[in-house]
Amino acid sequence: MLRSRRRRRMAPVRAPRELAAVAVPAEELSEPDAILDVQNLRTTFRTDAGVVHAVDDVSLTVRRGRTTCIVGESGSGKSATARSIIQVVDNPGLVEGGRILFRADPDGPVHDLAALSATGDGIRSVRGGQIGLVFQEPMSALSPVHTIGNQIAEVLQLHTDLDPKAIRERVIAELEAVGIPRAAERVDSYTFQLSGGMRQRAMIAMALIARPALLIADEPTTALDVTTQAQILDLLAELKRELSMTMVFITHDLGVVAEIADDVVVMRHGKVLETGPVDQIFHDPQHLYTRELLASLPQREEAVTGAPSDEVPERVEVSDAVDTTVRHDDAAPSETPLLSIEGLRMEFESTSGTMFSRRTTSRIVAVNDVSLQIARGTTLGLVGESGCGKTTLGRCVMRAYRPTAGALHYDDGENATDLATLTTAQLRPYRRLVRMVFQDPYGSLNPRMTVREVIGEPLRVAGIAQGSELDDRVESMLERVGLRRDMASRYPHAFSGGERQRIGIARALITEPRLVVADEAVSALDVSVRTQILELLAELQDELGLTYLFISHDLSVVRKICDRVAVMYYGNLVEEGPAAAVFDDPQHGYTQALLSAVPVSDPRLRGTRPRVVYRPEEAA
Amino acid sequence: MVQPQLPQATPDDEAGTTADLATETGRSSRDVASASQRRLIWWRFRKHRLAMVGLVLLVAMYVVAAFAGFFAPFSTTTYSGEHAYHPPQVPRFSLQEGLFVHPTTGHTDPETLAPVFTPDESEHVHLRFFVHGDSYRLLGLVETDIHLFGPSEPGERWYPLGADRTGADLLSKIIYGSQISLSIGLVGVAISLLLGLLLGGISGYFGGTVDAVLQRVIELFMSIPTLPLWLGLAASVPPQWGPVPTYLMITVILSLLGWTSLARVIRGRLLQIRDEDYVLAATLDGVPTTRIIFRHMVPAFTSHIIATVSLAVPAMILSETALSFLGLGLRSPAVSWGVLLQDAQNVNVIATAPWLLLPGVAVVLAVVAFNFVGDGLRDSADPYGKRST
Repeated sequence: MLRSRRRRRMAPVRAPRELAAVAVPAEELSEPDAILDVQNLRTTFRTDAGVVHAVDDVSLTVRRGRTTCIVGESGSGKSATARSIIQVVDNPGLVEGGRILFRADPDGPVHDLAALSATGDGIRSVRGGQIGLVFQEPMSALSPVHTIGNQIAEVLQLHTDLDPKAIRERVIAELEAVGIPRAAERVDSYTFQLSGGMRQRAMIAMALIARPALLIADEPTTALDVTTQAQILDLLAELKRELSMTMVFITHDLGVVAEIADDVVVMRHGKVLETGPVDQIFHDPQHLYTRELLASLPQREEAVTGAPSDEVPERVEVSDAVDTTVRHDDAAPSETPLLSIEGLRMEFESTSGTMFSRRTTSRIVAVNDVSLQIARGTTLGLVGESGCGKTTLGRCVMRAYRPTAGALHYDDGENATDLATLTTAQLRPYRRLVRMVFQDPYGSLNPRMTVREVIGEPLRVAGIAQGSELDDRVESMLERVGLRRDMASRYPHAFSGGERQRIGIARALITEPRLVVADEAVSALDVSVRTQILELLAELQDELGLTYLFISHDLSVVRKICDRVAVMYYGNLVEEGPAAAVFDDPQHGYTQALLSAVPVSDPRLRGTRPRVVYRPEEAA
Repeated sequence: MVQPQLPQATPDDEAGTTADLATETGRSSRDVASASQRRLIWWRFRKHRLAMVGLVLLVAMYVVAAFAGFFAPFSTTTYSGEHAYHPPQVPRFSLQEGLFVHPTTGHTDPETLAPVFTPDESEHVHLRFFVHGDSYRLLGLVETDIHLFGPSEPGERWYPLGADRTGADLLSKIIYGSQISLSIGLVGVAISLLLGLLLGGISGYFGGTVDAVLQRVIELFMSIPTLPLWLGLAASVPPQWGPVPTYLMITVILSLLGWTSLARVIRGRLLQIRDEDYVLAATLDGVPTTRIIFRHMVPAFTSHIIATVSLAVPAMILSETALSFLGLGLRSPAVSWGVLLQDAQNVNVIATAPWLLLPGVAVVLAVVAFNFVGDGLRDSADPYGKRST
């Protein structure tokens, strides 16, 4: 009793009055069926580093019952726009101008949300109640100290008059609706007990439980693996159909846009560049930037005529044993491969328990008996989802880790050895021949060293070059990777992400290596920059005869640049072969599932492919 | 060899951080681009107004402490018994006499037993710049008797901030006291930094059992209540020791207790940096371990260490003051702010001679200044992090 009374008091009692004050005649909507009409919105961040116009005169219309995708690269203002709509802009951002006309019911009154106080009861009754929000990172968007059930129930406690028992039933029903198995048990679990995909489902349940008229999803699948992303996208599409809800979906991924959008808004630097139906954006883009974005999409397949169909993709379940490797073997390579990985196994020990309790040591097998060969001058793509052991494998090849078992036969014609058993001192000559390009262009460059020092370090410690000779080599390397000679005296903070990645490549190539391990080398970059870096890598390969081990979770990138592809799943190599064979004729169930989960970057092909779901066979 | 035509980074791609830093520090992007870490920190620090105020204050305090004999109007050993608990004298000004005060004679009120001072209005003590007075050694080297400001005739008395129990000038004592109080913080922190770097470094770099043992030791040190430990350690300093050995012992005692938190900070930073990609990159470059530690890892946290140290100094100053106030640290005739505050232990004294609390104001000023500088350093130490406003 006491509890419910407390909740009542929290209910927004002044909301109707506040909303009535910002009512606007319905004629002011730019389209009669608009649910949300943003007019000349301006959101500004005034920091001591200057004024940033995150949202600069943005106008867009969201029509009822449709999915509107806001697409743009990082810093384009797409998230700031979404957050402005429900007035949850991060400090010190401020909605400084424009109108946000919102009409919850088709024939209901129209309210200008921008005129509401950001902390008032009016906007609070809209948030969660009439507009639901799904964030990018469910781990940080959900509280770790409350059960998911409690968090979802709070929405109902605030927006409805249901009693606790009814609320709990509704929550369980909602969790079931978003596809969480055993919802009656899961309702009392905490976020850390759920997988990433489950968390995002719970987040969606929370956003939808009050049956909002509009759902805003801010990069809801970006933090997820591609197969999980596919499930979440399917779920959203399904829910949207069932609940006849309107959705604003924010993403940087054009593939996702092609998969789910009805209307598309392209943003850049806080401004709207182009709006239109998805088919028009993809097949008749008007703005140059949209065309650039589309051009950076890998392998656009032949356009199929016909309107996008909203049919549910067929669902196929496959299962294969995880410890068998499917090999598409063409003729065996005639010459000796540059690197031949044989039966590589990497285990990590993790100890749990404290000083006074019994220590338990558990073994995690990160790489399980992987054999691979990389021929000279080719690119091997290593793909898999997070936690599949692809990075560990790369680091074993680099000998950042000492493999538990297996061999790494390296043979470049002059030197031949098994890298796996060498000691630190014996490894030193090979450190020049096998080099690495890191994923994070920010963390991998020492901020305390100039670019000259960073790139020249391997030569200096090996005693290969010194003084002006070293400087000269560093500077000509900078030119090679498309930077200027005079940039050598700068510190890493003076460079953008793309430029830093060029510096990282220069550092890897300065020692004239034979094999370069590129671990997610382009994953942290925006699409347009990514294309430039991939082109650079390809050019350098032709010119210097490099061999790449290209590790990526991004299948489209791998398909674009790799000769052969290896697919990993939970430490096991499940499929390996020429890129074309693996992508066009996947044999292993996991590869099929992975490929079917990749969004097709053409809205006309929507729903034409069956969705494959992979369940590993129980190991005997 | 023909250089390939490679796509240049687009202008849009220009680094946002540089532009931000440029606007923030008021420099051109070009300057910022090639500025070293230290430069960037200094530029950001300059923009931190409170920290700059603190820095100026600190520099002034240390200059005064270093040239204490010159800035203090008297030495600490001259006193005038009849002027005990003399209230502060505000200089007056007249055209004939310039700056002056009237000399006073003191006697005890027979009824209230309070000291009463009657100025002799016919006489003047002239106050002048660069006067000859008590002799002292400048920086311990040059024997001289020139004082910045004071009575023009040697032997005349003036109490700008009042007199203490013995009738010595309080201002002079505060100035001389700053020598010990301000240096004990630096020396103490230097010793704890040494210990902290060594033990924290070992703990963080080797990890495993070594780390576990060292961390338990640190916890043990931290769990002992400070005051009884001080008492015990201070009791072990023989009372017949002179001021200098006592001073050294007190510093050692303070730093033996102060190194723990520094060791933890250093360990934490090392553990964090050990996992940075650029350290892995250096390993893969074939850089030897010692070079990785000293060339790649240590520079990454020196700025943070400096900030932590500048925040640890005031704690040391406060500890010394507290110890001496309780009579466990330095003792007369050594002069420190804590020793001076011993006079203010008595409520009666505070009621009749409140100026005896002025050394406390000096402590507060020094501590606040150090904290401002430390905060400023901490904020500017990370050139990529946005300063919280």
